[in-house]
Amino acid sequence: MSKPHRLDENVIQTRRDIVRMVHGAKSGHPGGSLGCTEFFVTLFQNHMNYQLPFEMDGIGQDVFFLSNGHISPVFYSVLARSGFFPIKELATFRKINSRLQGHPTTHEGLPGVRVASGSLGQGLSVAVGAALSKTLNQDPALVYALLGDGELQEGQNWEAIMFAAGNHVDNLIVTIDYNGQQIDGATQDVLPLGNLEEKFKSFGWRVLINHQGNDLHAVKEGLTKAVKHSNNSKPIVIIMKTEMGHGVDFMMHSHQWHGIAPNDQQLQLALDQNSPTSLGDY
Amino acid sequence: MQPSYQNTGNVDTRSGFGEGLSQLGQTNPRVVALCADLTGSLKMSHFKTEFPNRFFQVGIAEANMMGIAAGLTIGGWIPFTGTFANFSTGRVYDQIRQSIAYSGKNVKICASHAGITLGEDGATHQILEDIGLMKMLPGMTVINPCDFNQTKTATMAIAEHQGPVYLRFGRPKVPNFTTPDLGFEIGKGILLESGKDITIVATGHLVWEALLAREILNTKGISAEIINIHTIKPIDEQMILDSVQKTKCIITAEEHNYHGGLGETVARILSKKYPVIQDYIATQDTFGESGNPAELMKKYGLSSENIVNKSIDLIKRK
Repeated sequence: MSKPHRLDENVIQTRRDIVRMVHGAKSGHPGGSLGCTEFFVTLFQNHMNYQLPFEMDGIGQDVFFLSNGHISPVFYSVLARSGFFPIKELATFRKINSRLQGHPTTHEGLPGVRVASGSLGQGLSVAVGAALSKTLNQDPALVYALLGDGELQEGQNWEAIMFAAGNHVDNLIVTIDYNGQQIDGATQDVLPLGNLEEKFKSFGWRVLINHQGNDLHAVKEGLTKAVKHSNNSKPIVIIMKTEMGHGVDFMMHSHQWHGIAPNDQQLQLALDQNSPTSLGDY
Repeated sequence: MQPSYQNTGNVDTRSGFGEGLSQLGQTNPRVVALCADLTGSLKMSHFKTEFPNRFFQVGIAEANMMGIAAGLTIGGWIPFTGTFANFSTGRVYDQIRQSIAYSGKNVKICASHAGITLGEDGATHQILEDIGLMKMLPGMTVINPCDFNQTKTATMAIAEHQGPVYLRFGRPKVPNFTTPDLGFEIGKGILLESGKDITIVATGHLVWEALLAREILNTKGISAEIINIHTIKPIDEQMILDSVQKTKCIITAEEHNYHGGLGETVARILSKKYPVIQDYIATQDTFGESGNPAELMKKYGLSSENIVNKSIDLIKRK
């Protein structure tokens, strides 16, 4: 794990990776990736307990599932910079013969990925299964999952939410990337999510709210608090407010950068706002 | 002629699954089971009672069941999911595709009440497209055993196989005729009866019909070779090719739509390696309807009589 004082630098470097990867591939999803950068950097470099090299079963280790697979750029950047695979491999994102598929998959054996995601709404069920697996194995480590907010429109999530509460799956910490945006516009306009906090509570979950999902300290604090509530009969969700496109001003405050790549000029603007770090570009 | 295979009594294939699963509970401590509110229908009650810590009732939520099963494999468990074939495939196709097949998860999808012999509940529940759906998924093994004994041994065999499996069985009580000590080798056909005039390749409930048809054909001086293909993918190409090189014609028989079923798999192999004339015992691109299983099998042409008639016609065309 990196020392906390380098996390800020890691965040900036990950943002640079995200915009460069999406620019290089001329496609991908920068908005949601940028919005979750602080979360990923914290989770992998200042929170979860895991070992390298990567092993699928993750016995005795915290494991993570990304359900909203389209934010693969941030996932890949943080995995690479946490030592799961060579950093230079980020240059192959979305290109032929790459392990870095458009959406994450186990199919090419990329270390750090435990299930394919991209078709939305499936990751929570898998995380619940992995949590049950840990219980059966008497493994005290925790299972983490990240879900998009728009993704909660998929009904399978609510099957899993009901199951996890009913079966006291309390070794599971789910975070909702609550940025209020989806491809066609604001979630409020496309299909309102209603009061998520009350919905989760009424399903029997312990709900934590993090209003500052783009603040490293707030993210760490939220996750730490969640861990304290684990193994206490209820599944835990952190509703984490984020800003899509955070750290690149022209990608913020809109859904427009959900799934498009910056051109050369826009890339330069984005990089100018995130100066080179001592970690170096891939 | 005395048939080599005797019906030792009518039993449902789903009970073979239930017994196999219970036995696995004893012999393989990594086997876990999930069910979507059909524990009695799937004959999973014994496993549930004997191994409560390894049984998960997921409620009427099949998509979640498939995802949970995928997650359980992470950490070394071998999940067997149980629900009707319709809800094991079409309802959850994308979950199986992404979370299980593409992700290479070691999940055993066990599907009862397959096909038209589900009977009185009607077409909403009678899936006749499931073999096609499942065989199209890369890496998926597809198995359709023919009787109680074979379903039981298949259930136990798939626990030893690494990778996703679709195991399809049925609701009605049907003849139990294969020997219980035969064992089960995934991907290996079983030559039930030798013959020289026509090859009949059958799977599932149609295997017994094929054996009955053979007796009738025999009285008409026609010698039919009967092959039980329990594994539709990967299929035993060599056994089929060896047979048609002798007989020069083939009938495939299955309780499934002719689109996407065993017949199409056989046709693909033969058209490439040894083209011979072929006919299909299968449903004719139609949905089913309510009725008892025997009536439905007859009405939709899934019968020994239809196998006999098509065999006679096919031999004339050689």
